[in-house]
Amino acid sequence: MVPVSYYVLLSAVLFTLGVVGVLTRRNALIVFMSVEMMLNSANLALVAFAQRWQSANGQILVFFVITVAAAEVAVGLALLVTIFRSKRTTDIDEINTLKG
Amino acid sequence: MPDIQIPSIDLGVSLQLLIIFGGAMVLLLADLFSGEGNKRIVGYIALLFVVGAAAAGVPYWDAPRSTFNGMLVLDNFALTLNWIFLLSTAITILISLEYLPRQGIERGEYYALLLFALGGMMLLAQGTDLIVLFLGLELLSITLYVLAGFAYPRLSSEEAAMKYLLIGAFAAGFLVFGIALLYGATGTSSLAGIANKLGSGLAADDVAFMLAGAALVIIGFGYKISMAPFHMWTPDVYEGSPTPVAAFMSVGTKGAGFAALARLLLVALGSQYATWGLILAILAAVTMVIGNVSAVAQTNVKRMLAYSSIGHAGYILMGVLSAGSPAAANRGIEGFLFYLLAYSLTNLGAFAVLIALEQRGEAAWSLDDFAGLWHRQPFLAIAMALCMFSLAGVPPTAGFWGKFYVFTAAWEAGLQWLAVVGVITSAIAAFFYLRIIVQMFMRDPVREISPSLDRNLMIGVGLAALGVIVFGISPTPVIDLVQGSVLALSR
Amino acid sequence: MLSDYLPILVIFLVALFIAVFVIVASGVLGPQRPTKRKLMPYESGMEPIGSAQRRFPIKFNLVAMIFILFDIEVIFFFPYALVYKRLGVFGLIEIGLFMLILLLGFIYIWKKGALEWD
Repeated sequence: MVPVSYYVLLSAVLFTLGVVGVLTRRNALIVFMSVEMMLNSANLALVAFAQRWQSANGQILVFFVITVAAAEVAVGLALLVTIFRSKRTTDIDEINTLKG
Repeated sequence: MPDIQIPSIDLGVSLQLLIIFGGAMVLLLADLFSGEGNKRIVGYIALLFVVGAAAAGVPYWDAPRSTFNGMLVLDNFALTLNWIFLLSTAITILISLEYLPRQGIERGEYYALLLFALGGMMLLAQGTDLIVLFLGLELLSITLYVLAGFAYPRLSSEEAAMKYLLIGAFAAGFLVFGIALLYGATGTSSLAGIANKLGSGLAADDVAFMLAGAALVIIGFGYKISMAPFHMWTPDVYEGSPTPVAAFMSVGTKGAGFAALARLLLVALGSQYATWGLILAILAAVTMVIGNVSAVAQTNVKRMLAYSSIGHAGYILMGVLSAGSPAAANRGIEGFLFYLLAYSLTNLGAFAVLIALEQRGEAAWSLDDFAGLWHRQPFLAIAMALCMFSLAGVPPTAGFWGKFYVFTAAWEAGLQWLAVVGVITSAIAAFFYLRIIVQMFMRDPVREISPSLDRNLMIGVGLAALGVIVFGISPTPVIDLVQGSVLALSR
Repeated sequence: MLSDYLPILVIFLVALFIAVFVIVASGVLGPQRPTKRKLMPYESGMEPIGSAQRRFPIKFNLVAMIFILFDIEVIFFFPYALVYKRLGVFGLIEIGLFMLILLLGFIYIWKKGALEWD
């Protein structure tokens, strides 16, 4: 058996990578992927903890996180397409007409 | 293999939710089969479902119960919040009915999305399990991403939606990881279960997990309620979104986020008040200062309202966190609920007046547009003045009682300094609220705009303004309501 | 224990070594006389027409998005499929409701014309 703490450590590393990705990358697609990484690192932790406590709740939440992430990405891609049509860019720093 | 125990299901607990979600699906179909250019009928059907759901809650007052293995409850606390949300949604529908065709963005999905968002808010009020809270929050957020971008192909709306989505998804990441750590520390996702586990003590490792998890969850909710330092997105998103959506967001996400946060902090983490109490108090103070001080510099009224909504998040947070202290447990919840109701009505009213002044194609929302409004539209001017007085907390308006309750709660909780910060920032806030009133009553019109005032919008504005003044003059019914809602939450 | 996984690590390292060795060795040892024909994506296949990075219709995006959403919903059937016998009628009703809501979404996109190609 691999101890639970290994999984948690790995998921924490992945989560941090995701956070750094969101904060430093400017391409909206890569930002989406980084968010996905954050969510999936949480999924890994949830599954590991479900194993530790022998309870199904963690695994159930993983199912919901996967669906929610898909819905979020679908909305995000749709928005990206509409913005790309008028601005010809996926760089989130150029989405700035609202800076007051 | 052991038999699967199917928990007994009490559909009464989820009756309001079922009406709203069923209604949203009916609206999707109604949109498909209603003719082009006549989507108003969809809005009226939506209104019908909202009123129906509000009425369906009445028999459940004072009869708290839970179902789905304790994942969903319907106590007075949840019921009061549900009613506040239903009222806010009804007013939002009223002020949208003519706004959408006027802006050329009339699409039937609008009302279905509003109801889905409302369902998410009600889930947040009723959920007593981290899984349900997560689902409710995401349901609310994802529909709001779409609604924020509803005015496409107007670029500012699309950008607002994109910004909101990126921030919201980021926050969701924090929330889920926080939930994972909380679950890992305690082995349960139910709020009551977590409280039990914390009561019986945790191993040293698990305490670290629990604290980290709680911090991440609070950050996740902090984005939704625009608590400083997670508030930066608010003005941009509100400015770009269609005005009724901004109104709905400013009261809806805040109310629902605070509802879930209150349950989480008070039920699950109530025993840890010593840890989070002071931190949140400092954040509340920072939120109030940042929101109100930044609002002073704004000449764009829509942005001003966005900054002021950040400030109000600070006041509401003050009520929630005071409830964590045993000395002010009831006061805090009462203050939170009263403030939320007053703030919802007031903010919806103020945004509704903005909608009346908004012309197609140009959206300045400049302070000058309000100049001399009294001479042209006395009704709008009086409604706006009432809302501004209420936001500033001047008696006799509902906003005054909200502030009064929240400040006394903080005082009783032993956070005198926080109450003082609240009073000082309210004084700063009075400056920019009163500036609008001066513009309306004492200046001459700067430029010619013809406010578009239709019947539905009038009803919406009137309803909000009436609530503000009636609850301000005789707050007793609301006080009875919120005092009845307190007991349910106390463990 | 972790040491149980040691053989897997060894196999992994051996595989890695062989892969790297083959690539490097063929690059170093092999004769390199490229011609135009040899550098084509499919040698002695079809002549490539245009660039591979040309723009394709936005319709693909819509269809892909709809596919992702409906595809993901399927994961809820897997746990049900594992225990459907033990859940009995209750489970059947629940999954029926779930299907009904999915179907509603399907009718919606159909009537909205998201599935029309032209």
